[in-house]
Amino acid sequence: MGTVAVHGLCKSFGKVQALDGVTLDVPDGSFFVVLGPSGAGKTTTLRAIAGLEKLDAGSVHLDGRDATGDAPAARDLAMVFQNYALYPRHTAYENIASPLRARRCSSSEIAAAVERMSNLLHIERLLQRRPAQLSGGEMQRVALARALVRHPRAFLMDEPLTNLDLKLRVEMRTELTRIHRSLGATFVYVTNDQVEALSMADQVAVLKEGKVQQVGTPTEVYERPANQWVAGFVGSPPISLLACHAEGDRLVGAQGWTLPRPRWTTAEDGRALLLGLRAEDLSVEQHGDASLSGELYGLEPLGDRTVVDVRVGTEILKVKARPTVTGTTGQRLLVTVDLDRAHLFDAGTGLSLSQAGR
Amino acid sequence: MAVSVDEAVSAGPARDRTPPARSLGGRGHAALEIALLTVLAVVMLFPVLWMIETSIKENRDVYAVPAQFFGFTVTMDHFKDVFVAPGGGRSALSVAFLNSVVVAGVSTVLATVLGVPAAWAYSRFAVKAKKDQLFFILSTRFMPPVVVVIPIFLMYRQVGLIDSKLGLILIYTAFNVPFTIWMMKGFVDEVPAEYEDAAMLDGYTRVQAFRRFTLPLLVPGIAATAVFALIFSWNEFVFAIFLTSSDSVRTAPPAIAGLIGGTTTDWGLVAAASVVFALPVLVFAYLVRKHLVAGVTLGAVRR
Ligand SMILES: Nc1ncnc2c1ncn2[C@@H]1O[C@H](COP(=O)(O)OP(=O)(O)O)[C@@H](O)[C@H]1O
Ligand SMILES: [Mg+2]
Repeated sequence: MGTVAVHGLCKSFGKVQALDGVTLDVPDGSFFVVLGPSGAGKTTTLRAIAGLEKLDAGSVHLDGRDATGDAPAARDLAMVFQNYALYPRHTAYENIASPLRARRCSSSEIAAAVERMSNLLHIERLLQRRPAQLSGGEMQRVALARALVRHPRAFLMDEPLTNLDLKLRVEMRTELTRIHRSLGATFVYVTNDQVEALSMADQVAVLKEGKVQQVGTPTEVYERPANQWVAGFVGSPPISLLACHAEGDRLVGAQGWTLPRPRWTTAEDGRALLLGLRAEDLSVEQHGDASLSGELYGLEPLGDRTVVDVRVGTEILKVKARPTVTGTTGQRLLVTVDLDRAHLFDAGTGLSLSQAGR
Repeated sequence: MAVSVDEAVSAGPARDRTPPARSLGGRGHAALEIALLTVLAVVMLFPVLWMIETSIKENRDVYAVPAQFFGFTVTMDHFKDVFVAPGGGRSALSVAFLNSVVVAGVSTVLATVLGVPAAWAYSRFAVKAKKDQLFFILSTRFMPPVVVVIPIFLMYRQVGLIDSKLGLILIYTAFNVPFTIWMMKGFVDEVPAEYEDAAMLDGYTRVQAFRRFTLPLLVPGIAATAVFALIFSWNEFVFAIFLTSSDSVRTAPPAIAGLIGGTTTDWGLVAAASVVFALPVLVFAYLVRKHLVAGVTLGAVRR
């Protein structure tokens, strides 16, 4: 068993409201990702679960039991800290052994467990070194080993891959997913990297300024963002947002364009809206009836694809295109829109208006 | 973060990255600098040299007029007199030195044992009105000892602590604890709280986490703080002279001062006693000098 449920967490540091009613339900054995920009309250959320932060309000339930006031040691959780927090005077071996020593395991048990971990994370060579003699990636793996060496109720991981270089990060992503599967344990994983969130998570909770914006599977969060902010934060290149309003059977853009009104919108005429279009739902190559006209603003070749920036009035559309696409700045372009996959948001509240009809 | 603390603590010489001495420019300036520094050194060191010299001169040379700076007869008699009474047996001065060792040592240990956990608490926990409390603690050091010595004297007389080593130990501890808290808080602030957080998740209690993971990192700071506390207790004069009177309780500072006066003063003995008095602190500070420098730059100054 390893369920983690937090309800209505509130925590302020002086004037900063770090957590403002955070409620999360982490099912047993899931890879649960908390995604949000820096300062969103992700670390504070993890620390609250771990019992390291005194809460202003809210409760923490572990395996269905109220653990709100319990000491960290009593919660049976393991945590990987954002900056590792490896003990500087101890070797990597002693760092990894620490949770077992706290539990008074025998030294043969400890040796076996540390060896298992060092094989798993490929740190056999590093065991006798101290943290100061390790690179960032190596410290990262030692910190992971220290968490994984025992079988706690759940693992809490605070941006464990953020400080790694890209190649190692991609490797470790796969590795962690594999470890998660083989352990079948509950992971609460914090990151500001939406690619990590989408590729690793069973469930994603998107956090902003101490408030949960949306909880769902990666597909749900990507395909049906609950609000304009989530739509903008999740996805790369970021979603393009165009100001518009509905008028009869048309959508009229603030920049003067018109598109057929999608069947699924319920917004009344005249209400200020934002039309959200993802790069892959736009095309400069095919030609359909729903299209916007603009001029080429820039090309961003990314190897497997090229992102074409198209200027429509004063707004920029990011369009995904084949890597072979060419053009000159200022050239007129017609952008075809897949309206069935478009998003509409209330320009005032930012809330999605797309959910209803789909 | 983890790296820098560890380095700062362990690597002595490597940390010694003092900025290159600011040159005033040109040779003339360098000569001036050297001249000024020489004058300063002579002014500062001459009394010390004179004390050492007097302690090893024969009495004839001590009282010679004009004073003999070179070419005197060397003798160790004065040092013998410090420790051995004229009729044989222990001298009053040697008892005073022993008293000083006990009083300074015990009060330093007590101040450290009380002050370090307090500093940790002030650094780690949300204490109500923390700043006011810390200011209040420091404010007890604002007044010079002589201001409180009369009330302390009266109180001690009531409770029977007058003319006792315990009385001195208590008052020195009381004076050293605020200082220890303040200096140690700087050191504890430097050690990331996350080591303790990690330890608590590993399964240790808060106190175990402190003892096993933070305390070892504080050793240089504790050494530096203890030296300062020790120096205070060792040198303290005002309380010692007011609160103690018998030879069996008296510490070295009032005992040495007591040698001066009367019809004649045995300057050789005074000088030898002073040398013996100055040595322990010098030796101790020398032994922990690495910690002292690392400690002072790490905790007290950088904040
Ligand atoms: N110990 C603290 N003291 C003061 N402010 C803090 C503290 N911890 C976090 N905060 C503030 O709370 C907010 C959320 O912080 P955090 O949970 O660390 O965000 P994240 O991990 O998502 O980057 C930030 O604005 C941060 O500055
Ligand atoms: Mg964080």
